[in-house]
Amino acid sequence: MNHSIEELLIATIAEFLYGLKHIAVGVLSPIPGSAALLAKTRSEEVKKVSIIGSTQEPYRLDGGVDLFDCAGQGRVDAFFLSGGQIDGQANVNLTGIGDYPKQETRWSGAFGSAYLYFLVPRVILFREEHSRRVFVPKVDFISAPGVSAPNIYRPGGPYALVTPLCQFLFDRNKKKFFLKSIHHGHSLEEVHDNTGFDFEVPETVPVTATPTKKILTLIREKVAPVIADPYPDFANKCWPNH
Amino acid sequence: MNSSIVSLGEMAKQIKNGHKVVLFKDCSVPMELGRTLIKQGIKDLHLVTVPTGSMLPDMLIGAGCVATVETSGVSLGEFGLAPQFGSAVKSGRIKILDATCPAIYAGLQAAEKGLPFIPLRGLIGSDVLKNREDFRVIDNPFMKNDPIVVLPAIAPDVAIFHAGMADVYGNVYIARQAELKIISHAATKTLVTVEEIVDFNILEQPELAPAVLSAMYVDGIALVPNGAWPLNLPGYYDYDRSSIKAYAIAAENDSSFKTWLETQNSSSKGNSN
Repeated sequence: MNHSIEELLIATIAEFLYGLKHIAVGVLSPIPGSAALLAKTRSEEVKKVSIIGSTQEPYRLDGGVDLFDCAGQGRVDAFFLSGGQIDGQANVNLTGIGDYPKQETRWSGAFGSAYLYFLVPRVILFREEHSRRVFVPKVDFISAPGVSAPNIYRPGGPYALVTPLCQFLFDRNKKKFFLKSIHHGHSLEEVHDNTGFDFEVPETVPVTATPTKKILTLIREKVAPVIADPYPDFANKCWPNH
Repeated sequence: MNSSIVSLGEMAKQIKNGHKVVLFKDCSVPMELGRTLIKQGIKDLHLVTVPTGSMLPDMLIGAGCVATVETSGVSLGEFGLAPQFGSAVKSGRIKILDATCPAIYAGLQAAEKGLPFIPLRGLIGSDVLKNREDFRVIDNPFMKNDPIVVLPAIAPDVAIFHAGMADVYGNVYIARQAELKIISHAATKTLVTVEEIVDFNILEQPELAPAVLSAMYVDGIALVPNGAWPLNLPGYYDYDRSSIKAYAIAAENDSSFKTWLETQNSSSKGNSN
């Protein structure tokens, strides 16, 4: 069954989410949001998916404070972050490029990252652009650090990074990304050429599993109508007939 | 009739140059009051966005009303970056106090409890912390070797928001936007524009009462139908997507932003009574 790149990323991210009790999805995250919904459809252990911006029960949050209080108590198992820049130590920059504060390029700001990255055990990084301008040796501004000194209270942190070319796991001890698999049609050379930081490579690099017919049907029939509430433009683009 | 019911014009005059004004991000943005403040030529506001901001902070910044923005992020969401905010930060025209969402909430919660500061997890090792001289790291007094950030209380001069319904007694129904209680408790003064003013006491309705901001915290109510336009108000109206998109395009450069602002001043949808 043919699938789009969005559907591959949704299925790939969902693999990290099966069995988790509470998955929360922040702003501007239609692909992670779809992955969380797919995980809930396929895994009974997933009790709650919270999507910021959703107006539908049961996905809406009880206000913004609720998410942060939940995370503070360890009641959020997975969250997603992206970044204008992400570096090899999994530092995330959502703030801007150049010397702070009068940066050449100013993005929105850190949002909840400087807190949630510390507290949510499984933070999945994702970015729809895999390039050297995104994956840099060192971010210009650390909106949220990837790693912390041992005495810093930090039950959470980076777990994986999913891009249109490949997926990495993050090794918190080595403070390094480890290539997990490359998506069909792409090469290790292409990943190296487009990544500005060093990462570990296994002896044989697997190809990312393509989504089965069953998963694609679930995405199109169960996930698409729900993600269309907070993300109508995304849903119309990916599934014009949803 | 409660004496706190005023006209939009009278309400706007209660907000002064240099005031610290707190704004919640969702479903309650007082766009018409914002447009009135711009017309009034207000200056040097210190905006606190809870926890992030979108079109209204961008507009106020572009119109030259703002000296400082305390925020976890300003963006037009799916319509892109907030262009006037971006260029104002870049040029140094406004002072930026970057925060993270729960830090904004925590600072306001400290103020509503009358506390001088509040601790918060996270932040250590970020450049957000490094650039906030008012955020400090202390040792957890109850546990050894556990550094933790403390944040000062955020006590705004004025909280402003738009809501569906107020009653003649000065109570305001805030529906699901529980955060509006936090910002109103934290602020010295709260000014609210509403779609309708009803003549029964909302606090006497058991189903509505839990979502009511009591008159004790409300200093002004103005009847402003469509007061959140072009943003949404659940139960009343949805986003006017084409108008927001038109703004996002116009705000890309200063001259088209100015033209857009002039059009707004002549064709605003709210009732400036």
